[in-house]
Amino acid sequence: MARCAGRSLGALSIGLSALVAACGAERHPQTTLDPASDIARDIAGLQAMIFWWILGVLVVVTAVLVYVLFRFRQRPGAPPPRRIHGNNTLEILWTLGPAVIVALILVPTVRTIFRSYQEAPEGAVRVEAIGHQWWWEFRYPDLGVVTANQIHVPVGRPVHLSLSSADVLHNFWAPRLAGKRYTYPRLPGPGGERENFNVLLFTVEEPGAYSGQCAEFCGTSHAHMRFRVVAMGERAFDDWVADMGGGGPPAAEEDPGGIEPEDDGGASATATAQDTVARIPSDAQVEQGRALFAARPCVACHAVQGVSQGALGPSLTRFGDRWSIGAGALANTQENLEAWIEDPGAIKPEAKMPGARVAGGGMPPTNLTDEEVAAIAAYLLSLK
Amino acid sequence: MSEHAAQIDRHYTTTGIDSRKLGLWVLIGSESLFFGSLIATYMVYRGQSTVGPFPHGPDGLLDIPLTSVSTFVLLMSSLAMVLALHAVQVSNRRGAITWLLATALLGAGFLGFQAYEFTHFWHEGLTLDRNLFGASFFILTGFHGAHVAVGVVWLLILMTEAWRHRLPASRALSVEIAGLYWHFVDVVWIVIFTLIYLIE
Amino acid sequence: MATIEASVPSGAHAPSHPKTGLWSWITTVDHKRVGILYGATALFFLLVGGLEALLMRIQLSRPENDFLSPDLYNQLFTMHGTTMVFLVGMPMAVAFFNYIVPLQIGARDVAFPRLNALSYWIFLFGGLFMNASFLFGAAPNNGWFGYAPLTGTAYSPGLNMDFWGLGLQILGVASIMGGVNFITTIINMRAPGMTYFRMPVFTHLALVTSFLIVTALPVLAVALFYLTFDRFWGTQFYVTAAGGNPYLWQHLFWIFGHPEVYILILPAFGIISDVIPTFSRKPLFGYALIVFSGILIGFIGWGVWAHHMFSTGLGPIADAFFSVSTFIIAIPTGVKIFNWLATMWGGSIRFEVPMLFAAGTIAMFLMGGVTGILLGSPPVDLQVGDTYFVVAHFHYVLFGGLVLGIFSGFYYWWPKFFGYKLGHGLGLLNFWLFIIGMNMTFMPMHFVGLLGMPRRVFTYPAELNLATYNLVETVGGFITALAVLVFLLNVLRSRGGERAGPNPWGGFSLEWATTSPPAEYNFSAIPIVRSREPLWDAEEGILAVTTGEPPEPIHLPNPTFWPLLTAACITATFALFMTNLWWPPLVGFALTLLMAINWAFEPSGH
Repeated sequence: MARCAGRSLGALSIGLSALVAACGAERHPQTTLDPASDIARDIAGLQAMIFWWILGVLVVVTAVLVYVLFRFRQRPGAPPPRRIHGNNTLEILWTLGPAVIVALILVPTVRTIFRSYQEAPEGAVRVEAIGHQWWWEFRYPDLGVVTANQIHVPVGRPVHLSLSSADVLHNFWAPRLAGKRYTYPRLPGPGGERENFNVLLFTVEEPGAYSGQCAEFCGTSHAHMRFRVVAMGERAFDDWVADMGGGGPPAAEEDPGGIEPEDDGGASATATAQDTVARIPSDAQVEQGRALFAARPCVACHAVQGVSQGALGPSLTRFGDRWSIGAGALANTQENLEAWIEDPGAIKPEAKMPGARVAGGGMPPTNLTDEEVAAIAAYLLSLK
Repeated sequence: MSEHAAQIDRHYTTTGIDSRKLGLWVLIGSESLFFGSLIATYMVYRGQSTVGPFPHGPDGLLDIPLTSVSTFVLLMSSLAMVLALHAVQVSNRRGAITWLLATALLGAGFLGFQAYEFTHFWHEGLTLDRNLFGASFFILTGFHGAHVAVGVVWLLILMTEAWRHRLPASRALSVEIAGLYWHFVDVVWIVIFTLIYLIE
Repeated sequence: MATIEASVPSGAHAPSHPKTGLWSWITTVDHKRVGILYGATALFFLLVGGLEALLMRIQLSRPENDFLSPDLYNQLFTMHGTTMVFLVGMPMAVAFFNYIVPLQIGARDVAFPRLNALSYWIFLFGGLFMNASFLFGAAPNNGWFGYAPLTGTAYSPGLNMDFWGLGLQILGVASIMGGVNFITTIINMRAPGMTYFRMPVFTHLALVTSFLIVTALPVLAVALFYLTFDRFWGTQFYVTAAGGNPYLWQHLFWIFGHPEVYILILPAFGIISDVIPTFSRKPLFGYALIVFSGILIGFIGWGVWAHHMFSTGLGPIADAFFSVSTFIIAIPTGVKIFNWLATMWGGSIRFEVPMLFAAGTIAMFLMGGVTGILLGSPPVDLQVGDTYFVVAHFHYVLFGGLVLGIFSGFYYWWPKFFGYKLGHGLGLLNFWLFIIGMNMTFMPMHFVGLLGMPRRVFTYPAELNLATYNLVETVGGFITALAVLVFLLNVLRSRGGERAGPNPWGGFSLEWATTSPPAEYNFSAIPIVRSREPLWDAEEGILAVTTGEPPEPIHLPNPTFWPLLTAACITATFALFMTNLWWPPLVGFALTLLMAINWAFEPSGH
């Protein structure tokens, strides 16, 4: 009967939520239930509070439904029911009741709304996230760093992420760190550029690599528009900025006491077990790749700090440190990278990059030989 | 007939209003949302065009004096419509024909002004695809003009009916309903004229 | 098409139009036949939309699956949503409005029978036009919500979104006409004594729904005109480089879109508001509150639209305002549930299949409604919005609320439509398969969303560890499909079943005062209504008046083919936009006017 469905639904939801809470971020890297930043924690707290209220409503009302269906089922020989048309008191009460619950939920909601729009305090790290079809461009305007699909931030310092788009609407979502907000293309104002960007402000509480992805349908490869936020100690962050060619404070000298190891959840390690067994590129191959990269059309779109300035595609500075190829399309290994350079469209449909023998993104095929492809891949992976 | 059976006249309606008239009022409500959205978009995009021509300002395209005349013409058509309805109601066939034709002609005159304005703007470089002003202006006034055109056709048909002695006082409702539509289209123009032309 | 055998007196006063054959269906203006046409067509599109869903679920059953290409997946999820909302949900409601509303108010037909037929044919042609896109391999692929600027020619150069924009325009015309028709009918064609407060709740909510239709669809029409003009004639409403603001589309679409979801759910609420009292043998508890809360939902529903935009960065004031309005609207929605429960309380509940479905509707809608509270809090929405949590929410309210409510209506009114009941045993199986299947599919989606899977993705990475949930959801989808097949089986097996009398369930409203199915003229004589439950108060007396030989000649409108022809011209007018020339649509428009004029001068039989 319907009562069985109702009862088992209730039990199921309680059981499952307990189960879910027990499985943290190791099992589900994009969970909203294991917050790692101040604002994510606020939101999770509000979410939990509302959840208990609605669970209460669900359980009580379902229980009444189940009870009514059972208790007032037709019995043979029972007298016809009394024709009651209503009861004003009751109806007023059960209108006011939900109103009270709703009011109770509204107060912390409004408070958290304003918290989600706070201004950035002094000393915040400013990052600009620009959504493209289908990759993320990241710029640090104060530090002079440009990268793609992966940002590094210091633990414990507010990060002011301003969001915009180079084309269509995207949505930046790193569930453990903040809610999501849309990226809008910049609108031209009648008198010049006008800002039209959303902001996410968060302070990461623990070092680690945090997974995220685009959450607004943006075309064919929307599902392959992922990114990673790597949170690290201040010193490690400064080192990273310097390595990326940025103008931040120079990397500190060795500190005898309490060196913070490069703790970023292992995101820097790109080699999988498989890869270490596979070919290890020789220095000669890397050199050949460097020369090829600089001479071929690659530089028209891709920037590498100190080598090229291309801005149409993702920056490849320190590409060897990236967690993936193609914004989450493939793990970052020699073999995968060769396959990508060979034919990006086969891996990520409609990717705007030409392959070796396939045109793409409005550009003709690159006509690279297999050996040349391997060399370029080796070179890129060497950038660390 | 038993106490449960009703004696119903063939033209019975619960409110006493003819269903066609009621239906047109509902349609007018719906059309209000349609024109309201078009007008709201115009207002939202006011001042947002990145390139000219612009509506107001030193080189502004909108010609207030001329449009005031066309607005007056349209308003007069509403007067003609009222007179046409009255003529039909008192079985004045000649008056009905005259005033229905007058309404249609005045409406067509308004459309003539619109056509002139559109072509003038076109020559000044304001096309549909030129800027946000062109897009939102032409779509809004274009749909309004299309509504006027439909109205003119409707009126000419009614006039023909009157000419063929097929519009007696008993069919005055047909004219009243056309009149309702016509006055609505007129009111929409008043709003457009005020918000788009008069207010800078 | 089932031949309807009417056990109808056909004496000297009964009008005789041919009742069988394709031509009689093509030219029909009888609201009952139009209702059946709507229902059958919507059921067909339910199968189409369901197939699209199954294909999606197969693709998602494993991470990084390659059963479907991304582009095909994107076409399927777009068409699934568009089909279910515009080709199933709305027409199903209209099917019931068509058949039942005139009967419930004691009328012989709707206010504008030919306009009614026109609405149907436009719906059919519009639905076929939109699905014809599959033949071009270019089905719409940017979501049922079509956000700009993705839908512009710069990012969607193919025919896909042309089909979408034009198809929806065509369907919108049908909807608005239907809305005008039903508003006029309900206001103006009630039997003597049928005051507003004696109308069944189904008819009340049909009135509210119709008001929402005629006011919300024009806003969508404007948004779509901007899109089609952008795509065909270079306007820049949604082109950011020229100043076109993507927010414009979002606001216009959701100003339409939120009332739209009430358009979808209120008819189902109406159905179960009639079913529950019937099978509890008790009048509806708090009729006035239910009616007023329906009207209130209609009004407040205009003020909540931006809760679909909480992560677009509207600012704290706007966020807070729309959050408040969203929470407020939860109250009239919720109290209905209490009223239904109170109706059952103290009643004598018969567990016929319509009642089961009604109880299921309440339970499933409640589940969807409470997750709506979570979504109504903007900071929470920043996390769970645009994820599978939202997919779970709206499927609970739409599948659980709308679809189960519709099926309650099917099983309830089937004997009235066709003269025999649908089988009880298969009906039970139908119901339980739905409950099991739908919960298996949509309950895990809450967790999948909370655990980080966004919407509208053709695949997901294995490392999210959501594969098991997704697999369970897919299995649930197939169980749901089985439920639909069981329903179809029930339809086929029940034909020629035991003949139903006028009131097989012991209902209280006027549709049960006609034969099953009703005569073409509905009532032999129009009854005088003296209460909210006329058949519970005076069944014998009323039946004597309403069934049997008509005492006077009854004139009904003649069948006509102008509605079908006009519908074809209207469809062609929009379809001809795709020639990219300006004059073919104008020719289509002129032809449409010509059809309309011919129609206007045709004798209507009144």
